[in-house]
Amino acid sequence: MSKSSLKQTLKDLDTKKISIRELNQDYLKRIKENENLNVFIHFSEENVLKQIDNLEKDNSAKKLKGIPIAIKDLFCTKSMPTTAASKILENFNPTYESFVTQKLLDEGSIFVGKTNLDEFAMGSATNTSFFGNTINPLSKENEPLAPGGSSGGSAAAVAADLCLGATGTDTGGSIRQPASFCGVVGIKPTYGLCSRWGIAAFASSLDQAGIFSHNVEDASILLQSIAGFDQRDSTSAKVDIPNYFENLDDDLNGKTVGIPREYSIDATPMEISQIWEDAIKVLEKKGVKIKNISLPHTKYALPTYYIIAPAEASSNLARYDGVKYGYRSDEIDSLDEMYENTRAQGFGREVKRRILIGTYVLSAGYYDAYYLKAQKVRKLIADDFNKAFKECDFIVTPTAPSAAFPLNEKQNDPIKMYLNDVFTVPASLAGLPGISIPFGKDKNNLPLGIQILGKHFDEQQVFNAAVSLERSYE
Amino acid sequence: MNNLIKGEKHDWEMVIGLEIHAQVKSNSKLFSSSSTKFGSSPNSQVSLVDAAMPGMLPVINKYCVEQAVKTGVGLNAKINNYSVFDRKNYFYADLPQGYQISQYKYPIVGEGKVTIDFKDGTSKDIRIVRLHLEQDAGKSLHDQNPSKTYVDLNRSGVALMEIVSEPDIRTPDEAGMYISKIRSILMYLDTCDGNMQEGSLRADVNISVRKPGDEYGTRCEIKNLNSIKFIKQAINYEAKRQIEILESGGSIEQNTMLFNTSTGKTRPMRNKEEAHDYRYFPDPDLLPLEISKEEIVKIKSSIPELPDELKNKFIETYKLSNYDASVLTAEKQTSDYFNETINSDSELKNHSKIVVNWITSELFSLLNKNNQDLNNSPVSPENLGQLIKLISTNEISGKIAKDVLDDMFSSGKTARQIVDEKGLQQVTDQGEIAKVIDEVIAENPKMVKQYLAGKDKLLGFFVGQAMKLTKGKANPKMLNDILKQKLNKKN
Repeated sequence: MSKSSLKQTLKDLDTKKISIRELNQDYLKRIKENENLNVFIHFSEENVLKQIDNLEKDNSAKKLKGIPIAIKDLFCTKSMPTTAASKILENFNPTYESFVTQKLLDEGSIFVGKTNLDEFAMGSATNTSFFGNTINPLSKENEPLAPGGSSGGSAAAVAADLCLGATGTDTGGSIRQPASFCGVVGIKPTYGLCSRWGIAAFASSLDQAGIFSHNVEDASILLQSIAGFDQRDSTSAKVDIPNYFENLDDDLNGKTVGIPREYSIDATPMEISQIWEDAIKVLEKKGVKIKNISLPHTKYALPTYYIIAPAEASSNLARYDGVKYGYRSDEIDSLDEMYENTRAQGFGREVKRRILIGTYVLSAGYYDAYYLKAQKVRKLIADDFNKAFKECDFIVTPTAPSAAFPLNEKQNDPIKMYLNDVFTVPASLAGLPGISIPFGKDKNNLPLGIQILGKHFDEQQVFNAAVSLERSYE
Repeated sequence: MNNLIKGEKHDWEMVIGLEIHAQVKSNSKLFSSSSTKFGSSPNSQVSLVDAAMPGMLPVINKYCVEQAVKTGVGLNAKINNYSVFDRKNYFYADLPQGYQISQYKYPIVGEGKVTIDFKDGTSKDIRIVRLHLEQDAGKSLHDQNPSKTYVDLNRSGVALMEIVSEPDIRTPDEAGMYISKIRSILMYLDTCDGNMQEGSLRADVNISVRKPGDEYGTRCEIKNLNSIKFIKQAINYEAKRQIEILESGGSIEQNTMLFNTSTGKTRPMRNKEEAHDYRYFPDPDLLPLEISKEEIVKIKSSIPELPDELKNKFIETYKLSNYDASVLTAEKQTSDYFNETINSDSELKNHSKIVVNWITSELFSLLNKNNQDLNNSPVSPENLGQLIKLISTNEISGKIAKDVLDDMFSSGKTARQIVDEKGLQQVTDQGEIAKVIDEVIAENPKMVKQYLAGKDKLLGFFVGQAMKLTKGKANPKMLNDILKQKLNKKN
């Protein structure tokens, strides 16, 4: 299966080597062939054909005209239902379009469907979805692998070549980890670069939209399309969005890379330490100065994250109460019962677990010990990075502590599951941009990912380092 | 002043603090652009944000922030350059987000004070703890269907200012005066329409009782009172209830109470154990609110004259008593009316007390009787000024002036017109008055005898008779003087 890139496809469309219809028919065919992967929560061929019809009538030039894109089902879309992979939003049809998807529509892209995810983006294997597991397209027969999560559907959609790019959201690693598991590129930009307006919230201070693609160049094109200030999101940043693609520069000579010693953890398999070393060697060859740095509070990042994110989630998910929209239990004798039964039946186990954790850490008598302390540690973690970035231009680490694991492996062990985020969570807490690119394979020939972190709003440096590593690997 | 209530065993003192919820006067809501108009059809003013649709985010309405700052200045309070919006989490059907966005640790306005004025000329400061901004909830309608509750979200997200006082209030009257004063300040500032009937201004009352000099007792909170009358009733009832419990050896449970307006009684809504844990935490969808010194200065400079300043100005310029001046300045429309009346003629400055009386007693009672408001008074300030001028120049008597005002009120004519048409000018001709008095004396020889025998009270009788003959037009002072003169001559 030779995957054509977004960059190449745009050229082919431009030179009329291929039509929008032909292009998308090709993707539709593959989507239908791969239904067993359970990549999409919502897919409608009719809807895709309608979009093609409309674009064929549209003579204006658009940057992504006709490009098939998959949308994580956490983004509210007018033309397709939005479920957040939860029963509680099973039949929810938004009357509004999220900021990010609207930008993609404005650029003329075609939405092929809404991709599966962990319920409300809570998970690391896309196995908490009300709509069932997504299967990693790289799975061998009879041994289904997890695609990672929470944006596993989007990562799998790109990996199986069901689209030329996909949107994701990343709260603690939900783009970077599945990108690593599925062998694709995934970028989580700086917190505030893309508006959160219209994305069902998980943890507001961490949620950030981003992109999956086949390669770094494509990611740089797509990220530029979804970034930008939005006055409807108070945490949206007023920054100029550079043309990342035009500015791509794989010459890293004279730059400094930071290698955080705290990311060498005992549990990391040899293979992962190996690709990390390989990446460092490649960079060294390119004239990059290697700087060993320390991010001393790294070990507190996971517990900090698993206090702050559930705390915010417990409040963000209070709106799903059966009163206004979404699922409402039939068994109602009182208002309290309506809440209890609606939420007991509407939410899955992992969501309930996090709501309970979040409610607990915010409770009177526990707030100071948990939530407040976590906020303080979060500040220390951010300070670690600020200090480190005085000495380096970007940081390189592994993306995840393992390759894709078998589908049901960590299903019943939340702590093990949470450990998947160990390398991605610190940058999320600090609001920093991070990308995962495929870099090497494990002994089972499964892809492994390298993570590149940059300074706030320095996505360009992240892309430059990524494209440089990618080109050297190819 | 004795503020104590008599109990069976000894005296008790009330300790009262108020939390006032004032709806910010603003066309749109605190975090959305929906209209705040009162009385629109249910759910016609609800945005995606107000209905808490997935992925919707609050954006602060700058105008509401300015209104809060303005109010803070009016309450002589500290404006905080840095404040934070928090989420107050609880479930209720008319709370679409499942939390109310409020301010907890860092309110926009800090400590301040307001002054209340008593009839005896004394006054008292009530300290303000804080003012913070928060969202209102929607409304649950339980009376539309026997088995269902409907929800109207028009009010959901409307901006409220919660103004919290120290427990400095000691009587129901003080509580009434305090809320009136706050209402007055907000209305001068135009930051709240002050309409208590529509719920734009409502209060939670915290009350405890103690033996004078003791520590504060355990308090109860009476929720959501929307008239001064109910506030006073509720306080009186609740204080009595607490005293009865304490005097019979019981102790007060820290309860949240509801006041039943038809029975005049309070009843517990929930106790301390059942109290919500609101799990406040900073709203991650909103950045901390930062207001620069420059912005505060700019807002301060836009603030109109407030009741206390105006009161002092009236006292100084027109030599009014503290109480009169505070009555005049309690409502902006009254002080405006007074200003326009007294400035309608340069002479009136010297008769300020008469002007005050004619506005606050005569005109007010007419307005009250006719269920009208000063804003749409049929008698304009100029016309009232003219009437008062006629009194002060002795053209008509005060008694006749009352009839003239009645006439002005119903016909809309000017005082001059009425006096001229009906020939109501006061008789100030000495000869004419003397003639009438002679007549009265001649017709009542017995009475004259009795009067001369020492029954001084009969003077009033003679005045009345003379007035009757002149149809009330005789100048009372002249009438009195001449009458005494003539009677004494008989001696």
